[in-house]
Formats: sequence, structure tokens, C-alpha cells
Amino acid sequence: MRRIISILMENEPGALSRVIGLFSQRGYNIESLSVAPTEDSTLSRLTLTTFGNDLKIEQITKHLNKLIEVVKLVDLTEGAHIERELMLIKVKATGAQRAEVKRSVDIFRGQIVDVTSTVYTIQLTGASDKLDAFIGAIGETQVLEVVRSGVSGISRGEKVLSL
Amino acid sequence: MEMLSGAEMVVRALQDEGVEYIFGYPGGSVLHIYDALFQQDKVSHILVRHEQAATHAADGYARATGKPGVVMVTSGPGATNAITGLATAFMDSIPMIVLSGQVRSDWIGDDAFQETDMIGVSRPVVKHSFMVRDAKDIPEIMKKAFYIATTGRPGPVLIDIPKDQTAPNVKNPYEYPKKVKMRSYAPVSRGHSGQIRKAVEELMKAKRPVIYAGGGVIQGEGSELLTKLAHRLNFPVTNTLMGLGCFPGTDPQNVGMLGMHGTYEANMTMHSSDVILAVGARLDDRVTNNVKKFCPGAKIIHIDIDPATISKNIMAHIPIVGPVHQVLEEMLSALDEHGGEPDQKALERWWEEIEGWRKVHGMRYETNENGPMKPQQVVEALYKATGGDAYVTSDVGQHQMFAAQYYKYDKPRRWINSGGLGTMGFGLPAAMGVQFAFPDATVACVTGEGSIQMNIQELSTCLQYGLPVKIININNQALGMVRQWQDMQYGGRHSQSYMESLPDFVALAEAYGHVGMKVTKFEDLEGAMNEAFALKDRLVFMDIYVDPTEHVYPMQIADGSMRDMWLSKTERT
Ligand SMILES: Cc1cc2nc3c(=O)[nH]c(=O)nc-3n(C[C@H](O)[C@H](O)[C@H](O)COP(=O)(O)OP(=O)(O)OC[C@H]3O[C@@H](n4cnc5c(N)ncnc54)[C@H](O)[C@@H]3O)c2cc1C
Ligand SMILES: Cc1ncc(C[n+]2csc(CCOP(=O)(O)OP(=O)(O)O)c2C)c(N)n1
Ligand SMILES: [Mg+2]
Repeated sequence: MRRIISILMENEPGALSRVIGLFSQRGYNIESLSVAPTEDSTLSRLTLTTFGNDLKIEQITKHLNKLIEVVKLVDLTEGAHIERELMLIKVKATGAQRAEVKRSVDIFRGQIVDVTSTVYTIQLTGASDKLDAFIGAIGETQVLEVVRSGVSGISRGEKVLSL
Repeated sequence: MEMLSGAEMVVRALQDEGVEYIFGYPGGSVLHIYDALFQQDKVSHILVRHEQAATHAADGYARATGKPGVVMVTSGPGATNAITGLATAFMDSIPMIVLSGQVRSDWIGDDAFQETDMIGVSRPVVKHSFMVRDAKDIPEIMKKAFYIATTGRPGPVLIDIPKDQTAPNVKNPYEYPKKVKMRSYAPVSRGHSGQIRKAVEELMKAKRPVIYAGGGVIQGEGSELLTKLAHRLNFPVTNTLMGLGCFPGTDPQNVGMLGMHGTYEANMTMHSSDVILAVGARLDDRVTNNVKKFCPGAKIIHIDIDPATISKNIMAHIPIVGPVHQVLEEMLSALDEHGGEPDQKALERWWEEIEGWRKVHGMRYETNENGPMKPQQVVEALYKATGGDAYVTSDVGQHQMFAAQYYKYDKPRRWINSGGLGTMGFGLPAAMGVQFAFPDATVACVTGEGSIQMNIQELSTCLQYGLPVKIININNQALGMVRQWQDMQYGGRHSQSYMESLPDFVALAEAYGHVGMKVTKFEDLEGAMNEAFALKDRLVFMDIYVDPTEHVYPMQIADGSMRDMWLSKTERT
């Protein structure tokens, strides 16, 4: 099962490499990763997605919690949550396809953020499966380049991950 | 406030931590610190002959005393030489501080002379590590390092110190912090009371219980309480390789070590049990054999300070996360409150069954009338010569297993070996560390002709500091443990498992200024042992020739359950 693990950790050099190292050292996979400082500059928020059954995820979260720089973490997929990923995608847009691509962008509520006579650069946000669906809709042969930010997420309602 | 250089701060912090010994080896990047060490006399520096030995010596010191071992090495090769020792300590949860020099801050990343990314290289084998980025931070970093190394599940902590941060002319105010404040590190201090009560209920209902006690009981100073609990309940106790001594080896309730080379009765007891109380043990693969066939009828109560250990290999029915000392104490009072007693009738039947198992194998081995001595005989002679009261360190191989099986450890911290990593070369430097901690104690290093050669240069250190360690070299002229596997699984093809040109160990010991003895006949063994141990202030290297074909038994059959064992070369369960 796919999981979104969100970690609050000390914003210190070396902390990130310990998290990444843990995954490779113990044979866990990281599917996506995003990290940036929070409103409190001493803390970073790291969100990663991984796959595993309950036992494996339990081991992963226990080991993450053991890292000295990890302050708190939550498996967002355990409760109601909001998931977003940003994608910038360059697609071929010539002839009849130009209008077709534009329509798809509108349907997916994306934005065309740069244009040339043959190429559209599109910005799209949403859950990862929505971004996947967009690529599917456009057709892979049209795609020239894809950049995705990795998932970030937050719990719904009043639950917060903070000190 | 006092103004100190970074180098002086390092040394002062060691003093403030009450460190007696630091094991190390100098080099360019730590010379400022060595100069500061020279100008004081509270912390003694022990000069080893190889940095790996410094780490094992500090490790041996830590295992024997419970206090953290401290190491200092230079950057680059000095630091990388410390990696095996860090990994050894990490696997066995031993508190250790390694101070490694680093190139100047402004050279880091330039492939400078003797630069190694030590934080990166050591990352998977340390509990935590620090890089000193500002000399002002040294007191706080040192305090945190000792705190992290010694609390919770203990482990090694590395501090990497660029040379410019220790410069003698840059002074900063020094005050050693009294307390550590870390929002992201809070080791568990109490087990869950509800879980402890649930565990007591389960123990009361048990008809075939067993206590399975590991290294965590020794680490957490829980031996007395565990012994009290076991006596109170009259349950059988088995120990892991790391737990030997946490419950007296000669106690009638002790069924011996469990696992791959555990006793027949310990493995049978485990397999047939209905309740297992696992204390400070991590259900390692050398113990469980095939996890799918592990103790099919048992409910598992698992006490460990590290939540990641619980249900890692085997699901625990009643997990209790907490320090063994506190949990056992609370468990004892919960027993009082409960007021009941375990089912005596069932226990009586259980003990009868166990006594029956004891008779099946009984750790017997065949002796040769006129042929070579058996390694087991050597350990038994050692036990006799030392009155069972020595500190025994060991290397890795068959001799290690024999030393675990045939020496009965009645006290914790007496048996000192590398279990998790299985590091050949551990024994002699570890014995040095123990001897420094207890100068008057009898310290024996049980080793093999393979292992001893991995850190034999330390004979020189032993001479320098007058360490009267007794080296019991069980010389089977082979990498015996490897050979055993080749006998059992590779049709007796001894690929690279024996050594054709062994040194004359007696001459070697003498060349290093020690006493050497060679023993080839069993009838000379006892006399030679007594003679060696009578030489109270000399290191004696006993080179004892034994049967090269001997195997360690019992031995669990790979992929089977705990009760599937070879009992000799021809008998199996
Ligand atoms: C050649 C060879 C053969 C071996 N054969 C065997 C064998 O037959 N049988 C065997 O048992 N081992 C054997 N081993 C050793 C094996 O590899 C493991 O090292 C050993 O089984 C682990 O022991 P342990 O479970 O007691 O855990 P340890 O490694 O001692 O770990 C201690 C546990 O206690 C916990 N702990 C620490 N402090 C506390 C505290 N204060 N409170 C609560 N919990 C705490 C830790 O979190 C950890 O989980 C062999 C090794 C070698 C090299
Ligand atoms: C550093 C290291 N290298 C290799 C091994 C693999 N190994 C385990 S036991 C053993 C043989 C040890 O030989 P010896 O010290 O003579 O002991 P014996 O088994 O003969 O008693 C080897 C090579 C190891 N444990 N450690
Ligand atoms: Mg040998």
C-alpha cells in the first residue's frame, strides 16, 4: 500500500542524508521526496511516499523516529488528508494538437505557463494520480519533459503536525 | 568564564565526564588535541598499535564497566580504521565515543590530504554523529554525545572535528552544560503499566514458561532483578550469547544458551513453551532459526527499550517498551499485587520434561585417548584454573562458541565478545580495555590462531602498559568455524580455511617481551594453565594445539525450527 509519511526534523546539515540513508540501508523504497524549511526556520518538513504492508511501514516509522534529528512524524495515509504535487510538463503542441492539449489542460485545471510555436509548458497541481491521469490523457508520445515536485501533504481538520 | 581553545575544550569535557582512559593514535588533524592531552594528567591516553584496536579496547572497557569507552583517531586512514570497531559496538549496542580529526573546515570537500567524509562513511554504524562547525559548540556537542551514547538503547557516537576548530590560539568561553535539552531525543523511561499487568496475568497462566534473557539485561543493569524474578517464579531461564552472565550460569534454573549453538534443552524448552518472556533480547536470526517455524505454541511477552526491535522478526503478543530495570521492578511489584502463584502442578511437569532433555545431550563430546586434545577440554581447564571468576574476552569462531558453552558465567559483564557483527580481532584489544578497567582482575582472551593474527600487534601495547592478559590460543590450525560449515555443507572441500604457515606463537610472544607457552598434550594442560595464571603480572600467550577436526554442537539445522539440531557429526533430532 502507498503511504505518505510526513516528517518534522531539525533543519541541520546531515539530517536529510540520515533519512535517505536509512531507506537505502534497510532496503526500503522512496517513491517521492520533498523537503523545505517550515515557518520555524529551525525545522524542516519532509514528505515522502513509499510502499509497504503495515508491518513494513511500522518498521520504517519506528526507525525514522529513532533518528536523533527527527522530531515528529505522521503517516498521513492513516487518516483523512490532503495530498498535492506540482508538475511542470512540456508537451508538443502543433497543428490540431494545439487545441486538443489546451482542452485537456482546462479539464485538468492546469495552466499554460510558457508557449512557443511548437511547445506548451504546463503547470498542474493535484494528487499524484491526477498528474498521472493528465499524462495519460495527453498521450506519452506528446510529452517532451516532466518535472514533478514530489508529494506534500497535510492532515484534514484540526490535526496538526507541530511541536 | 574560562577561555579555552577547542582542543582544550575537548580534553576538559572528557575530564568533566569523568573519563579515565582514552584509546587512540595520533596524526596531523588531532595534534592540537594531543598537545592539550599532554598538558594534563586526569585523562590517560592509551597508545594502541592500530586504530581498530583502540575501538575494541574502548568497547571492552565499556562492556566490563558499563561506562562509555572513548577513542581518538586522526582523519582519513585513522578514521576509516575505526569503522570496524564502530560497527562492532553498534551491533551490540555498546556506548562509545569516537573523536575523529578532520581536515581544516575550509578544505573539506577538496580531496585534501587525509580527508575522508567520516560522517558519511560511518553513518550506518553509529547511533548518531556530530560535525564541529564552531569551536564554541564543543562543550554542548560533547555533552550531547555522551548522553546519546549512554541512554536509551546505547550505541557509538562519532564527533568529527576539523583541525581549525581546535587551534590553540582561538579561545572561547568554556562551561560544561549540566543538562542536555534535545526536543528530538527522549528515550523511554517507563514501560506501560497496563502492559506489565497483562504480562503478569499471562505469566500466571503459563504452563510451559521460559525466560529468554539477552544482552539488554546486562546493559540495563537488570541482572539482579531478573534473577529475583526467575527465582520467584521458578521458571527456566535461557540466555543469548550476549546475555550470558545476566542469570548465573551455574544456577539449576539455567538451561544454558539458546540458538544456533545453544544447548539441546534450551532449544527444546523454547520450542515447546507456551509463554516466552523475552527480556532485552532481539530475537536474532542466530536464535530463531526459521521464523515461520519459531516456537509455534508460544505467546511472546517482549521487553525492550527500542520499539524497533519489537515485532521486527517475530510478532510480540505483549510488547513492553521500556528500560529493563524499571520494567522488571514494576513487574515484581505487580506480581505482589496479583498475589497469585503460577500453576505449580504444571510447572512440576514442565521441569520434569526439561530434566529429561538435559540428559539427552548434556554438552557431551568425545575425547581422544591418545590423539589431540579437544578444544572443549581447554575451556573446561580454563574454567577450573580461574575458579570461574575471570573476565573472558573472545574472538570469533569455534573457540568463541566453546568459551560460551563450557565456561559458566555467574556474573554479568564477565563474558565479552562480538556477537552481532562477529568481528575477528576483537578479543585481544577488548581484553586490554577490561584489564585497564580492572587492573587486578584475571582477564583471559580465548582466541584462535586465525583471529589472534588480526590484531596481534597489540602485544606491543600490552608490553608498554604492563597488561597481564592471558591469551588462550585454541590452535586448531584452521579457520575452524569456516571449516565446520565446509564439512557440513560443502562436501568437506576446505576452500581457504586452513593456514599452512602459522607463526611460532611462543617465539612471537617472546619477541614482544612476553611469556610464551606451547601445550600439545592434555596431561600438560592443567599444569600449564596453573603456571600461566600464577604469573600475575606477566602476559602469557598459551598456544594450545587441539583437534582440527572438531565441530561445535549442538547446531541448529538451517531453515528448521528451534528444535531441529545436529547433536554430533552423526546424530540429529
Ligand atoms: C559465530 C557466531 C555464532 C553465534 N551463535 C549464537 C547462538 O547460538 N545463540 C545466540 O544467542 N547468539 C549467537 N550469536 C550472536 C548473535 O549474532 C546475536 O549477537 C545475539 O543473539 C544477540 O543477542 P541479544 O538478543 O541478547 O541482543 P543484543 O545484541 O545484546 O541486544 C540487546 C537488546 O536489548 C535492548 N536493550 C538494551 N538496553 C536495554 C535496556 N536498558 N532495557 C531494555 N532493553 C535494552 C536493545 O534494544 C537490544 O534489542 C552468534 C554470533 C556469532 C559471531
Ligand atoms: C573479520 C572477520 N573476517 C572473517 C570472518 C568469518 N569467520 C568467522 S569464524 C572464522 C574462522 C576463525 O578462525 P579462528 O580464529 O582460528 O577460530 P576457530 O574457528 O578455528 O576456533 C572466520 C574466517 C569474521 N567473522 N570476521
Ligand atoms: Mg582456528
